[in-house]
Amino acid sequence: MSTTPYRLRNRLTVHYLESGSEYSSSCSEEDEENQKEDNTVSSGQKTPEKMKAASTLPPSSTLAKKNKESKMSNLVEEYFEAHSSSKVLTSDRTLQKLRRRRLSQQTLRDLLKKAPLAYAAEITELNQLHESLFSKWMLQLHLGFNIVLYGLGSKRDLLEKFRTSLLQDSVHLVVNGYFPSITVRSILNSITEEVLDHIGTFRSPLDQLDFIIERFKEDSSLELYVLIHNLDSQMLRGERSQQILAQLSSLPHIYLIASVDHINAPLMWDQAKLSLYNWLWYETTTFSPYVEETSYENSLLVQQSGSLALSSLTHVLRSLTLNARGIFRLLAQYQLENKDNPSYPGLSFQDFYQQCREAFLVNSDLTLRAQLTEFRDHKLIRTKRGADGVEYLLIPVDDSTLTDFLDKEDEDV
Amino acid sequence: MSTCSVSKGCFVFKPSPKKRRVSQKTAVHFSEGKNDLEDSELRFYTCQSLWNQIKLETEQIQEDLNKQLLDNLVSFLGRSHSEFQGKTTDWTCRMKSREIPTAALVLGVNVTDHELTFRNLSEALQNITPYIALLEAKDCPGIKNLMQKLMGQLMNCSTDVVSLEDDDYVQVSQNRIRCSMKSVVDWYESVTKKTDSETLSKKRTSSAKHQQSPPVVVIFKDMESFTTKVLQDFIVISSQHIRELPLVLIFGIATSPMIIHSLLPHSVSSLLCIELFQSFSCKEHLSTIIDKLLLTSRFPFKLGEKVLQVLINIFLYHDFSVWNFIRGFQLCIVEHFYSEPLSVLCCQLTDAKKRVNSLSHEQCENVRRLPSFRRYVERQEAEKQIALLTADSFLKETTQKLLEDLHVYHENYVSVLKCLHVFTCSLPKYPLGKQIRELHCACLENRVWETEDYETSLQLARMLNKSDLETMLQQCVEILVSSSGNELDKAVEKLKEFLTQFQKLEAEAFQEQDVSVSSQKELQKKTDLYHLQKTLLELKDSRRSKKLTKFEMLRFEVVDYIDSLVRRYLVPADHKTLHEIVYFNTASVLRGHLNAAPRIALHTALNNPYSYLKNQALKCDSGSISSKAPDICIVYKLHLECGRLINLVDWLEAFSTVVTAVDEPNADAASSDQVDDIIHARFIRAVSELELLGFIKPSKQKTDHVARLTWGGC
Repeated sequence: MSTTPYRLRNRLTVHYLESGSEYSSSCSEEDEENQKEDNTVSSGQKTPEKMKAASTLPPSSTLAKKNKESKMSNLVEEYFEAHSSSKVLTSDRTLQKLRRRRLSQQTLRDLLKKAPLAYAAEITELNQLHESLFSKWMLQLHLGFNIVLYGLGSKRDLLEKFRTSLLQDSVHLVVNGYFPSITVRSILNSITEEVLDHIGTFRSPLDQLDFIIERFKEDSSLELYVLIHNLDSQMLRGERSQQILAQLSSLPHIYLIASVDHINAPLMWDQAKLSLYNWLWYETTTFSPYVEETSYENSLLVQQSGSLALSSLTHVLRSLTLNARGIFRLLAQYQLENKDNPSYPGLSFQDFYQQCREAFLVNSDLTLRAQLTEFRDHKLIRTKRGADGVEYLLIPVDDSTLTDFLDKEDEDV
Repeated sequence: MSTCSVSKGCFVFKPSPKKRRVSQKTAVHFSEGKNDLEDSELRFYTCQSLWNQIKLETEQIQEDLNKQLLDNLVSFLGRSHSEFQGKTTDWTCRMKSREIPTAALVLGVNVTDHELTFRNLSEALQNITPYIALLEAKDCPGIKNLMQKLMGQLMNCSTDVVSLEDDDYVQVSQNRIRCSMKSVVDWYESVTKKTDSETLSKKRTSSAKHQQSPPVVVIFKDMESFTTKVLQDFIVISSQHIRELPLVLIFGIATSPMIIHSLLPHSVSSLLCIELFQSFSCKEHLSTIIDKLLLTSRFPFKLGEKVLQVLINIFLYHDFSVWNFIRGFQLCIVEHFYSEPLSVLCCQLTDAKKRVNSLSHEQCENVRRLPSFRRYVERQEAEKQIALLTADSFLKETTQKLLEDLHVYHENYVSVLKCLHVFTCSLPKYPLGKQIRELHCACLENRVWETEDYETSLQLARMLNKSDLETMLQQCVEILVSSSGNELDKAVEKLKEFLTQFQKLEAEAFQEQDVSVSSQKELQKKTDLYHLQKTLLELKDSRRSKKLTKFEMLRFEVVDYIDSLVRRYLVPADHKTLHEIVYFNTASVLRGHLNAAPRIALHTALNNPYSYLKNQALKCDSGSISSKAPDICIVYKLHLECGRLINLVDWLEAFSTVVTAVDEPNADAASSDQVDDIIHARFIRAVSELELLGFIKPSKQKTDHVARLTWGGC
């Protein structure tokens, strides 16, 4: 381009005249985001219409934008301040010291059920506003656009409602993106196996995709609605997954409607993917709690539910001999005795053998090794080789589960 | 069936076949969920047919623009392997034949637009050779995949040709043969031999279409994204076989031809015989599109100023993608027809007049509600006002007339705009913009003649030299003559008159020259100092108050005339009555759908929940933390006050302090460390939601700490 576009130049000169010092910063912002560029426009100068246009945009407030504008510079400074030194000044208190340290998933759920949902009336009002757009979404899906929903609050219920009210009579696929072991492969599999009734496997997802594309091209009566909750989840945000999903969504008879929540979600897509997706963005702020979406999350504050590990422990051990149980008990007790020692490496094999002999559990180190192999196969123990070449044994279960296990064993005996 | 499960993430729902609607009509959704059902079917039909027309038009435009490029490429292909056919033993030919003929196709950064170009390209190449393979980087992570894809495409296309004639041709599955260049060569030999014998048997009737040994074309759609290793290997391997296999490569390049040399080392690039082809730029493409779609009276649908500005901004600042521009245009059309009940009249004038007659009473009311129409009514006399507001038939009559006015206005607008552009596009510094779209926007925005830029450009136009002025006038005449409006005939005559006057001036110019020469002679004659001073002063005086030369007078006249044309015809569209019917003006909708800002929406919701939840309790200034805000907002605001790491215990404490502040102001001091269970649970939920949104993540640096991930608000 030989000269700067006329509009931009105009804007810049006006800006330059009004606030010479801000010139460079506003200029660098121009290409980043159009929204930002609008901000610089509406910040000081002549365009009252632009301001009006921005404020007619549903509820996004110009107030917040203005705030942002003025804070912009010191927020940047804040960032560098926080990252300038490696030392972090926070208090040393830990959750251990609180009376109620961690809640289990179940108690958390029960507690939250008791807490009333704040502003329920307003939230339903918001939802009704979004629901009035359902038929428009259908229209736009049919015209070749795909729809992506963003905004604060769980959009699961909204999409479910869309599904139950409009998609009952058509083939559709619901994908829970937040599901921790979802993969593109499983999405493709459910399309080929359940939608297209194809039996057989594919060598790679690309082959599978080709097959699907081929089938949809051949048979123009095939139609498929795909609903993806959390397209930006950990498992789906990878480049290759997004590429495949984008290609899928570009098929004329596949209608995709998805939701994104992560603040950096738009960074997943480059121009090529964006043009395949052909998105229409819809702001659907619902303020509903992310109940399903966070239920799989390993939060710091939620106690890792050891119940699954515990039951598997007891089940495996029940099937073993009395001696074998004794051996495992020994190891567990030893580990619990050392639980306050952060550098506890595990029990060395020699020491363990000694202890087992003393308790009349084994008579040779060969029998102990045979026993340990059995444990290892069931993933009950882990062996590590220390720096001095000695073999150390560990039970890869957290202490509380182990305590529970021992208590239960005692009860049984 | 529920879609919650701990063991599954995908759920397929298939209704029973008899219940399944075979293919639901899109039109149903168009009318669904709206109260005003007026003419929705007709509106949808109009919308679709308009969009189809426009789509065809855009494809045509691109094809036309591509034509030159494609012709060049086709001739290049014809040339590339001429020696292969001739089997000449010429030394230079043999030297050259070691190199692979390669076409480097510079297509520009708008990668998403290239799809159509490549489609046109492979269609055009079909005339020369049936053996074309299109490769994309994402399919070829390794040389093995590349060969597989290549052979798959080549052999498929050959079977298409052959299987029609002989059925005993055994199609070899690509899995069974080993993917190597050798097998490609073998395949090529067998195929060409076959066609040779066929053509011989047919006494070379069809040989004119395909040459004896058509080249094998391999197109790399996006050369930059290929792994260098794969490209290098492929080139080295195929250069070994170039004598048996007439291979031609085509590289699609988005950046600059230099990329070939930075991707490939000299030893590899020397195996290529590269010829460069430049496609048209995306800017040109956009200008043509705007010219053909917007600045024409062929399509009744128009874009308002702000909408056009949004679309152009997305193009210039985001992607340079014409395809995206057209997509935005499509969205505008759909939105317009969906949201404006009167858009049923947005069609060709003759149809529109017919449709006006069959308008329902409701629709007539809609017409009366249009702001521009109300302004129009206010300007009428009292009795006419009453008639317009009460009698539907009179209203319809007036509407027809107004629609016709609007149509005429458009026709004149476009031609006069083009004329004005002829004048402004060559002025120094381009005060009204270089492109016609900028001028168009300026004219749509407000009365262009009231702007400063217009003033300056008129002043500059008054300083144009004669030859420029003449060519410009000539161009204007051509534009006006080609336009269909009859109102402008007078303007054409006037401009032609100006032109003849200019020619007359030329004749008179001689005489003027004589005058000036004689005055100079006078100067030379008088040597007396006093007289010299006097004459110089006189000369200066005469120059200052100099009555303008005839040329200058004429120039003023021309500029004034253009100015009068502008004032008369380039009235902004929203001053016109009934403009709402054909102009789409809601830019905010468009911006929200195409250029959304999810981060800002999220930030606003967290920072100022009142903007979404209209509850008076939430109304507060954004500085303080209100205890009534939703939990996640409180937690978010508290986290903004923290540094890089956040201590969960402190955070929890702060949260419970804020939440309980109003509820129990005289809370037990002793139970400060015993946080209420429910508050604890709410805190946990809010924190895990923030984690889901990507504001924090668990950190291992310190026990029970999370790291903050965002800086700078949103």
